[in-house]
Amino acid sequence: MTAVDLPTPQRGGLDLVPTTDETQKAKDFTSDQEVRWCPGCGDYAVLASVRSFLPELGLRRENIVFVSGIGCSSRFPYYLDTYGMHSIHGRAPAIATGLAVTRPDLSVWVVTGDGDALSIGGNHLIHALRRNMNITILLFNNRIYGLTKGQYSPTSEVGKVTKSTPMGSVDAPFNPVSLALGAEATFVGRALDSDRKGLTEVLRQAAAHRGASLVEIFQDCPIFNDGSFDVLRKGDDVAQRLIPLVDGEPIRFGNDGEYGVVRADSGGLEVRPVAEVGEDALVTHRAGEQDPTQAFALSRLSDQDLTHTVTGIFRKVDRPTYDDGARAQVTAATEQAQQRGDNLQALLTGKDTWAVMPTPEQEA
Amino acid sequence: MSTDTEVGADLPDHLVAHGEIRQTEVRQTHRVVIRFAGDSGDGMQLTGDRFTSEAAAFGNDLATLPNFPAEIRAPAGTLPGVSSFQLHFADYDILTPGDRPDVLVAMNPAALKSNLSDLPHGGVLIVNTDEFTKRNLTKVGYEANPLEDDSLAPYQVHRVAMATITRTALEPTGMSKKDAERAKNMFALGLLSWMYHRGTEGTEAFLREKFAKKPELAEANILAFRTGWNYGETTESFAVTYEVAPAALPTGTYRQITGNLALAYGVVAAGQLSKLPVFLGTYPITPASDVLHELSKHKGMGVTTFQAEDEIAGIGAALGASFGGALGVTSTSGPGVALKSETIGLAVALELPLLILDVQRGGPSTGLPTKTEQADLLQAMYGRNGEAPVPIIAPASPSECFAAAIEAAKIAITYRTPVFLLSDGAIANGSEPWNVPDVNDLPDLSVEFATAPNSPDGTEFWPYLRDDDTLARPWAVPGTAGLEHRIGGLEKADGRGSISYDPDNHDRMVRLRQAKIDGITVADVEVDDPDGAAEVLVLGWGSTFGPIGAACRRVRAAGMSVAQAHVRSMNPLPGNLGDVLHRYRRVVVPEMNLGQFAMMLRARYLVDVRSYTKVAGLPFGAEELAGVLTDAVKGDLPA
Ligand SMILES: Cc1ncc(C[n+]2csc(CCOP(=O)(O)OP(=O)(O)O)c2C)c(N)n1
Ligand code: SF4
Ligand SMILES: [Mg+2]
Repeated sequence: MTAVDLPTPQRGGLDLVPTTDETQKAKDFTSDQEVRWCPGCGDYAVLASVRSFLPELGLRRENIVFVSGIGCSSRFPYYLDTYGMHSIHGRAPAIATGLAVTRPDLSVWVVTGDGDALSIGGNHLIHALRRNMNITILLFNNRIYGLTKGQYSPTSEVGKVTKSTPMGSVDAPFNPVSLALGAEATFVGRALDSDRKGLTEVLRQAAAHRGASLVEIFQDCPIFNDGSFDVLRKGDDVAQRLIPLVDGEPIRFGNDGEYGVVRADSGGLEVRPVAEVGEDALVTHRAGEQDPTQAFALSRLSDQDLTHTVTGIFRKVDRPTYDDGARAQVTAATEQAQQRGDNLQALLTGKDTWAVMPTPEQEA
Repeated sequence: MSTDTEVGADLPDHLVAHGEIRQTEVRQTHRVVIRFAGDSGDGMQLTGDRFTSEAAAFGNDLATLPNFPAEIRAPAGTLPGVSSFQLHFADYDILTPGDRPDVLVAMNPAALKSNLSDLPHGGVLIVNTDEFTKRNLTKVGYEANPLEDDSLAPYQVHRVAMATITRTALEPTGMSKKDAERAKNMFALGLLSWMYHRGTEGTEAFLREKFAKKPELAEANILAFRTGWNYGETTESFAVTYEVAPAALPTGTYRQITGNLALAYGVVAAGQLSKLPVFLGTYPITPASDVLHELSKHKGMGVTTFQAEDEIAGIGAALGASFGGALGVTSTSGPGVALKSETIGLAVALELPLLILDVQRGGPSTGLPTKTEQADLLQAMYGRNGEAPVPIIAPASPSECFAAAIEAAKIAITYRTPVFLLSDGAIANGSEPWNVPDVNDLPDLSVEFATAPNSPDGTEFWPYLRDDDTLARPWAVPGTAGLEHRIGGLEKADGRGSISYDPDNHDRMVRLRQAKIDGITVADVEVDDPDGAAEVLVLGWGSTFGPIGAACRRVRAAGMSVAQAHVRSMNPLPGNLGDVLHRYRRVVVPEMNLGQFAMMLRARYLVDVRSYTKVAGLPFGAEELAGVLTDAVKGDLPA
């Protein structure tokens, strides 16, 4: 087999989507369906952030589509007054792929849960990321199966006691950011459901990114996994746990910036007091770095026990998207076909034909 | 050669009456069945294809049956590695690739061993003697060399050292011995082309084009081909040659076509006729992959192909494309259908157009990937959770796949529903002449997308408000202002389309979805009952059409009456089918499964149909079915 160069123009994520001059408000994106998540569910906060963020894009509402799988979080599309599809468990990235390839004029969003995206739909997720489909994936990670009432999920911590693991889970969890980076994702971000500002900033950049954007959202499920992210929300040591990334800046955090991220002897990264290592030793965050090594190391600063939790944009690099490439081939082939004057009749007839003539009787 | 004097030849009456044979050097014959058999590495499919093209170009009617192993290269010279190609060509309209060959070309001991039992006594056997070494004979369990004892005495045997002769002829080209010997299939083709008075230009032009980038290979193959031809002409071992006149088919422009190619063309045409972009989301699987290969060549005709990570993603992407206003298509075989089932159910709930092309193969599980079977019928019919009716179209022959694909697309678009098209391995790889349609005669499939609110008060868009006639819901594609809506797999309120758990609404929606499919307009089934005296009806579906038709000809030629009917819409069934079934004293249903259609018929019409089934990976033989029908006519068929 031979390989050919496929030139693909680089664009912004929404460049082909029609815009509107009308001013939009969060209310314009609110559908008439009554929202039915449990009281206190983190999904409410995310919905509120998304509703208030969408007007900022200035897109025509009819050109936005939310596709979801199955799970509590996957009810999301019903609550937005855009086009939407609540599909089947795990398959939303696949469905969104067909839509994104055939409709460059749409802004396509996928809403999925930790079970939906990483268990049943793991295959579609990694392939959508690998292909760099121009879609934005919001992964609501509550580290539990909410809709089926509380079984452990592929992001639940080892030892977790749930209905299906009364003696504790012996399953090693995925790290969604590490997984996405390993799957060649070109955009990976993370935010906390309650952090409207941080989430909005990640959404903004994700939407502007041409290619697959994976946004992991830490989401609280007060019913089956209550307070799972509380250590990142309240308490004295929040600032020592949360590491917000700022592109181009040394990675530094803590109440007074007393901690920093430095290269470790292992080849990865580690957290050290700045006073010990000196400012010059801190690594600078570069989301646009093609080599994903540092982004990967950032996703693994601690176990998933939230000791050190990086938020913000881990990676944002340009790479041709599958949908642009596929459309470019169709466009090129169509132009050639038109120049040659190809048509259906000629195709059906082909090159090797023979004629059966009317016999004299038939003519008579 | 088969002649009109041969008992059981499936000749139409007029030929039986007026046939003519001259016992001269050149014999006229009405039909011939040739089988090329060799190792998978011997190029038998190419050889057969090429001979087929010549027969087609000459104007014969024809039908082919390729038969190859699932392994790409099974160990050379072994029985599992045998690949064969059978071609039936005639001067009248034939229906099958033929039960048994008149001429068997065996390129090695394995091919001889696995095919000889199909060659009738008196048949012509052309053997490549070079491969009959002690080692090769032992490999396939021959204790003695059959070329040297009298085991081949019942046949007209031609022993030809094809590899040696080809190698010698190609010496001047300076090719290695091994490479030169590889052209022996072209030698065989040349010899057969001579025997049947086929031109050489077509094959030579074909070889020049095939090896355009390696002209020396083209010339070597042409030389081998001519050597085979000359061998026939100059050696005395072949005393007779045969002529098969062109067939008197209906007037028109013809080409040769396989089922998979016709299927792909049908999909391209459906896109053009509906003016919708076509999106094929699929995952490779035998014997459906050629549909993907073909469609991926037609990007210039508005076709996008997507090779997904698995079948689920393939159909998911196709459904996503349909949601966006494209004609979503997915192609697969039985194991792939199993994976797609949940998404087909979603498409039933979403009520979006979607084409599911299932090229059936032997099952269960991986089964017999390269062999044919019709055992996905009930899977297509019922293989989903909940009440999830899906229309099913089943073409009866390779060329019918074209119209079947258009018909399936028409139903999908008109009724906003997934539609199954059930082809099978025999149809997919088999070929026949196709009277190329005039595109102006093809149906208009144009679509009206929803553009405005439709609620009774005219202010809202209700995605599940149905058309009175078709019960189809509106197709409102993203990008249409004012029609923003959400659909999904959760039950929807009739009309308004919001989520509904209301018991009565669910009951109504289940019945509405069923009524929509039941109400699809389907052509009546036609009955072929020439003398109107038949008491036995043979009813088929799918690729059994040819063997059943050929069997009916034999039974009628023997003076008995039998009626034949063939169903092309498996769901919904033709409106007159119940009446037709009740008109006959006995109904026989041959199927390549354990009686799936028979079960549907019994359940639906309370008719005591007699099932005749075979699941051997091969089509029925006409002779075999003629026996079954004869027994049925005589009243001997066991229940
Ligand atoms: C094919 C299939 N298998 C299983 C289910 C049941 N199911 C629905 S949602 C779900 C898990 C959802 O977990 P997650 O994706 O984390 O979403 P959450 O409810 O936590 O938001 C399961 C197992 C289903 N609907 N379909
Ligand atoms: S179960 Fe948990 S995730 Fe689901 S709606 Fe209730 S709180 Fe939210
Ligand atoms: Mg979850």
